[in-house]
Amino acid sequence: MTETTAAVELREPPPREVTGGQAQLGRVSDFFLRSILPLVLALGTGAIILAAIGVDPIQYYKDVYSGGVQFAAWQDSLMRVAPLLLIAVGLIVAFRAGIWNLGMDGQFLLAAAVISGLGSRFEEHLPNTINLLLLSLIAGAVGAAWTIVPALLKARYELNEIITTLMMTFIGINLAQILVKGPFQDPTTTTPQTRAFDFTALLPSIPGTESTSRRWPGVHVGLLVAVAAAFVVWFLMSRTSLGLRLQVLGASMRSARHMGLDVPRLIIVAFLLSGFFVGLAAATEILGVKGYQRADWNPAFGLWVVPLVFLARLHAIGVIPYVVLLSLASIGGDYAAQNAGLTPQFTLLLVGLTLLFMALTEWIARRAAGGSYLPGVSYRRHRAERAG
Amino acid sequence: MTTGSPTTPATDGSEQPAVELVGITKEFPGVLANDRISLTVRGGEVHCLLGENGAGKSTLMNILSGMVRPDAGQVKLDGRVVEIDSPKHAIGLGIGMVYQHTSLVPQLTVLENLMLGEAEGIRLNAAHAGERLRELGSSLGLDVDPKATTGTLALGQQQQLEIIKALWRGSKVLILDEPTSMLTPTGVAELEQIVARLKGQGLAVVFITHKLHEAISMGDRVAILSQGRLVGAIEPAELRSATHDELQERIIALMFGSQAAQAAGVAELTQGVERHLPRRALALEPALELDNVTVEPGPGEIGAHDVSLQVLRSEIMGIAGVDGNGQRELAEAIAGQRAIADGDVRLFGHSIARLKVAQREKLGLRYVTDDRIHEGTVGSLSVAMNIVLKQIGRPPFWGRGRIRYEAILSKARDLIGRFDIRTPGPETRVAALSGGNIQKVVLARELSFDPKVVVYSKPTYGLDVRTTRSVRQTIREQAREGVTSIVISTDLDELLDLCDRIAVLSRGRITGIVENGPSAQQRVGELMVGGKAT
Amino acid sequence: MTTVLAATGVFSEQALTALVAGAILAGVPLMFAALGELVSQRAGVLNIGLEGMMLMGAYAGFVAAYHGGSEWLGFGAGMLAGAGVSLLMVLFCVRWGLDQIVTGIAITLTCEGATALIFESEFAESRPTLGATDKLAIAGLSDLPVVGGKGESNGSVFTQPLIVYLGLVLAVLVAWMLRRTHMGLNVRAAGDAPGALDAAGVSVFATRSWAVLFAGAMAGLGGAFLAIVSAGLFQDTIVGGRGFIAIVLAMLARSRPLWAVVGAMLFGASLSIADWAQVAQINISTDFVFMLPFLLVLVVLVLFGRRAYLPAALALPYERGSR
Repeated sequence: MTETTAAVELREPPPREVTGGQAQLGRVSDFFLRSILPLVLALGTGAIILAAIGVDPIQYYKDVYSGGVQFAAWQDSLMRVAPLLLIAVGLIVAFRAGIWNLGMDGQFLLAAAVISGLGSRFEEHLPNTINLLLLSLIAGAVGAAWTIVPALLKARYELNEIITTLMMTFIGINLAQILVKGPFQDPTTTTPQTRAFDFTALLPSIPGTESTSRRWPGVHVGLLVAVAAAFVVWFLMSRTSLGLRLQVLGASMRSARHMGLDVPRLIIVAFLLSGFFVGLAAATEILGVKGYQRADWNPAFGLWVVPLVFLARLHAIGVIPYVVLLSLASIGGDYAAQNAGLTPQFTLLLVGLTLLFMALTEWIARRAAGGSYLPGVSYRRHRAERAG
Repeated sequence: MTTGSPTTPATDGSEQPAVELVGITKEFPGVLANDRISLTVRGGEVHCLLGENGAGKSTLMNILSGMVRPDAGQVKLDGRVVEIDSPKHAIGLGIGMVYQHTSLVPQLTVLENLMLGEAEGIRLNAAHAGERLRELGSSLGLDVDPKATTGTLALGQQQQLEIIKALWRGSKVLILDEPTSMLTPTGVAELEQIVARLKGQGLAVVFITHKLHEAISMGDRVAILSQGRLVGAIEPAELRSATHDELQERIIALMFGSQAAQAAGVAELTQGVERHLPRRALALEPALELDNVTVEPGPGEIGAHDVSLQVLRSEIMGIAGVDGNGQRELAEAIAGQRAIADGDVRLFGHSIARLKVAQREKLGLRYVTDDRIHEGTVGSLSVAMNIVLKQIGRPPFWGRGRIRYEAILSKARDLIGRFDIRTPGPETRVAALSGGNIQKVVLARELSFDPKVVVYSKPTYGLDVRTTRSVRQTIREQAREGVTSIVISTDLDELLDLCDRIAVLSRGRITGIVENGPSAQQRVGELMVGGKAT
Repeated sequence: MTTVLAATGVFSEQALTALVAGAILAGVPLMFAALGELVSQRAGVLNIGLEGMMLMGAYAGFVAAYHGGSEWLGFGAGMLAGAGVSLLMVLFCVRWGLDQIVTGIAITLTCEGATALIFESEFAESRPTLGATDKLAIAGLSDLPVVGGKGESNGSVFTQPLIVYLGLVLAVLVAWMLRRTHMGLNVRAAGDAPGALDAAGVSVFATRSWAVLFAGAMAGLGGAFLAIVSAGLFQDTIVGGRGFIAIVLAMLARSRPLWAVVGAMLFGASLSIADWAQVAQINISTDFVFMLPFLLVLVVLVLFGRRAYLPAALALPYERGSR
């Protein structure tokens, strides 16, 4: 009948383990279909597009590899992993709770602007380690603070957070520019940027690593922080009571209320946690790599990370390989694009294509197996309900 | 597998029957909903399809109305074979169906709902539609305001509107799917009159029901479905001549064969026989008190107004009423999911109006919601998790914020056994279970950890006979052990079967409270339409 | 010119005209996109990919107008491009019932990447521009101060390219369509109770598909207008969040198209404050001015958003039983 039919009882079906479809499809092929195939398809389509523009796709992908991995380039790629992974982890916390925090770019930029501006002042007064720790915390706090408005609006008035977080992003980006050009402007230059840190004051590197550039002694510890964060979030979501509460919220707000969860409080917590990790990502990038901020800088990492998070089925540890892959692709992509005379935004196109192909394979897999990328969604039971 | 004589010979005239279903078979994943069913429906006759929930009645009619395609078999209209591939096609062929759950758009006006789906032209022709409404309305003895917003109409009127809509394009066949489930006794009487008129106009009427007494009283002919098969039919002649009890026995025999023991529990099917419930020894202290409780209605809701109720310890109090009269608002207010605008709620004398859901739950107040799939459980989580979902963070299932799986699993196994939950294991996702077992999961959770006062909202809705019986049994057992129960139900038979007293909720107010007994049914019926209980 | 400047002030005629003209220039793209989104939302489809559709429309429109020499070619191309992108939405969300939000984000991302790519490869060096579009001055009314606009480079209320007036007519048409035609009734039913529409024999898929295609075409048209008329050039940041503003406008318009027009103009004003400030010689940082429209959205949402009428079946895919 229509989708509003209450669960009409069926003659008792023989009990079976997870829905029959999944058994047919098998864990491995389901994984392949959902988590690998979209990538392959996107890369293939990318190759076609490259050929159409007149660029040799094989050469391009080779360049990506050499620019991203060979010689010491892989270390640059690893450094790119830090902010991307932290943002991914922040998104996972939110998405699992059913909260679409699309404001990560604004949160990131604002946190970066604040610590770029404050950092060069603090370093005069504080010992290095404390300075770095303090700034990292401040970055996290700024990121979290920038989620408060959408969080409250959703918690109290149930206002759709997609719109509110996007608005905050645009506001945040402009606010960051105002800060950089204003109170945090480097007084010694006319270029709109903050005063650079003393380079010895940047994040220490992992011993034994080197980078291609003279600037940084090696892969900075931000990477370790990022990986640790991934494990922390995984543990949080799968083993703690808070994690389960967030998952229930993500599965169904109605159920969450029914189970007695404090929904407004959970919404705010999810937002704050999410923003905190995004702010931390900004910290790794400023304190580990850049050391200062130009007014027009906006790497817009957030949107790149969204598809990865889905490909990894919102699994905090499972997202790590995808982030590594994206880092390689983007560092290598910069190099390859330069060689080919293309914009580095080409990688963004690949990322978008991946997401589209994910939607495609999702449909195929759903037909066969049920289940979904999104928490709490199960297609199989809807069908079974309507029978009888 | 031979069934009882499946087809019935045409008894009157040589005209082709309006509808003939031949060997219809339909399978859904894991279920054979229709197994080679053959049926003949004649004009000017009410043909009842009787069977318990899940017997396949709705599927059969969905095939006729174009919502579903059969895997095998034929449909014949006036002797010609037709393939009905969409509701649009069915409507065009003169088959009108009134679904169990409303197929009206509540936000649109009456006239707009009637014009929906008409193919003529670009502009809406309200004048034309208004004409037709008057025409049809008078032929059925009905009067509906064309400009009214459909959602604001009473349920009985909405159903009348659905009947008008089903007949809008000129129908030969009208299918009514469980039409009385939402009606007051008065509404049922009105429906009977309408059906009689339609019969008189030569329409073929198919009446789907799971209530035996309805089939016997409304039908000219009864077809009995059980587990997807047509197990028997009662001819008009027999319906006219035999007594109610004889017919009841015959039907039960057809449905359950020689398992007469099963028949004993078919409270759902049989008319509430004159029941004299022995007065249970009840404690006199009130377990739950509602004191002039008012709940603000949300959009499309009625809310609750000045509701006062005293439920004694270990009593089973029923709340009767047609759906949509404030039951959900009241239930959620008691559970704490909704704030009350005025008044007080007291649990064993202590006010809980300011307490949140989790706090009330800890005090022993439980709520078995009627929406077991979207609210009562989280389908993507396992049975075990769902069972402890209201205990998040508490020992022994959580310790220092960390989860303790073994404790959860062992509790789950224990409850699976006690409540007879059919599942491959405690780790199975709830979404994979059948409706009855999902309900058992909800019950297992709510009735564990020392329940004191339990609100059951439509606890057996949509369940098969066996599970229905066991759920009612559970409610009785809990009451025997001292649990206070409030059963909110639209099924009067259920309330008469279970409850010590029955309150009636109408338009958000309690119109009266009735002691269960011989005259309870009648008095409840009166209260539902606004009469006062003496 | 200097004498003119000397006479300007915050509320001088020049400043106000600049404000009004700028509001219309910025508001018309919003109007088109919001009209389309309004219909789509009313039918139950939340189209987050609007930004991407506007972007593609801007690109296609600009290229067509530039190479074809006529802005009408550009408008047409923009509509086609927008509708083309929305086909993805139709396929994934309406037909296959996948999540509307994820799909919308994917579409926006892909379009952003594609247009950035195109911009770099085609226009970064050359930066072509289009000349001003011809305007239609309404007799008599165009002589009025501030709102007349005759002879002003950006026109004003009564001096605008023909497409603007057509857009207003369209808004009226959409309002009529929703209230008084079968198509409109179907759209409303699709958004409120798709099951009922299905039972009445009308295809929910078809109804929603048309609504989404309309939204795509309108978004494309809005983008094309932005590139051709408002800006006269194309760059990858040209849409800059307007698609999302249009989504909010559609939500707040309570499914009344005329409110969408009013809202679009109001937000257009907030987007064009920079121009007004320049003429009025007020010194505000451009960054702050750019923030304003988005702040305004938040404020408006808080004040009015709670009563926003959203169709009951918005963003829920419709699946009829097993067929």
